[in-house]
Amino acid sequence: MRITMTVNGRERSSEVEPRTLLVHHIREGLGLTGTNVGCDTSSCGACTVLMDGESVKSCTVLAVQADGADVTTIEGLARDGEMHPMQQAFQRNHGLQCGFCTPGMVMAAVSLLEEVPHPTDREVRLGLEGNLCRCTGYQNIVAAVLDAAGSTQEAGA
Amino acid sequence: MIPAPFDYARAGSAEEALSLLTEHGEDAKLLAGGHSLLPLMKLRLAQPSVLIDVGRLRDLSYIRDAGDHIAVGALTRHHDLETSDLLETEAPILKHAAGEVGDPQVRHRGTIGGSLAHADPASDLPAVVLALKGTLVARSPSGEREIRADEFFTGFLESALAPDELLTEIRIPKVAGLGWSFQKFNRRAQDWAIVGVAAVVDGERTGVGLVNMGSTPIRAAAVEAAVAGGASAEEAAQRAVDDAEPQADLNASVEYRTHLAKVLVRRALEEARA
Repeated sequence: MRITMTVNGRERSSEVEPRTLLVHHIREGLGLTGTNVGCDTSSCGACTVLMDGESVKSCTVLAVQADGADVTTIEGLARDGEMHPMQQAFQRNHGLQCGFCTPGMVMAAVSLLEEVPHPTDREVRLGLEGNLCRCTGYQNIVAAVLDAAGSTQEAGA
Repeated sequence: MIPAPFDYARAGSAEEALSLLTEHGEDAKLLAGGHSLLPLMKLRLAQPSVLIDVGRLRDLSYIRDAGDHIAVGALTRHHDLETSDLLETEAPILKHAAGEVGDPQVRHRGTIGGSLAHADPASDLPAVVLALKGTLVARSPSGEREIRADEFFTGFLESALAPDELLTEIRIPKVAGLGWSFQKFNRRAQDWAIVGVAAVVDGERTGVGLVNMGSTPIRAAAVEAAVAGGASAEEAAQRAVDDAEPQADLNASVEYRTHLAKVLVRRALEEARA
């Protein structure tokens, strides 16, 4: 089936099997390998991308469902060679350890701040409940999101 | 994991979805947000030969004041429920419970109609709609019918929907000002409930639904009757499993589920009355 979607601002048209998952289309069809496949069961959030501005787990969306959608992956966040403020905040706060969950974490965090621009520590934790960091590096991830939001981190966790 | 091959048809209207259903019969499955069906298909536990995508029927995505009830379009996403001001006033338990489903990404895609039609006993919203004594509207080529929530769930992942029917609307009686509680017990934030309880308390109109306490979402009629009869939360909670058939799985034994249900029903009734 022929599908067309805007990926990181660029229109991409492809022929896909209906059973193709969006994450496989992004990685293998479009060659954008920044989006990771983690659990493949919509639990871990490593495959999180934005679909029409909202976070989704691309392992649980068919590519044909995203036909006509505006998709943003981790590769689409930087502007003119400058990292997105969320990426900069992750860098400043060392919001990663092994880095595998990072693309999904960043995309989920960008979506969260669209909905809740100035979250509390608790709102960040709840907002990222769909993203697992197996290094358990959550503390600095939460700090990074609060930093990006311009919120000051509240005491305690 | 990749689903088995299938043919894909996108419905542009409810009428088109119905004619596609009629054409493809029992080999077809309706696809809404896909967050229940696609995981099953990836595990090859479901292998429909045709997927009829109703996910773009935006005219079935709404939350409206319909006089004596709230009308919720079947394609309304959990995210739309959890951010609804109308539900905040008229059926706050539904707004709250929708915000407890899965995680934000899941709530951006999953729909109330999909969740109900999937009829998973471990899902949150079926128990809430049971507690609210909601009504489901099904449309087929021969017309529309209403199905009471407590007659909708007929077996494990089975509902009263006929193969040619499309769930279009959920009607929720207004419960503004009534006490309510949603208790979800799980190990980790995004997990399914090991046991969950939805309660809306109003004397004889009290409704209590149980999550993951049998092969279907369960209406705890014995608890409702006890509350209507003036029982205390503690007394009514002793009836928690009268209508249930708890089963053992990796998370809990039958005994543990039974214990949890009694504790959570008591907490739910206490919180709803507080």
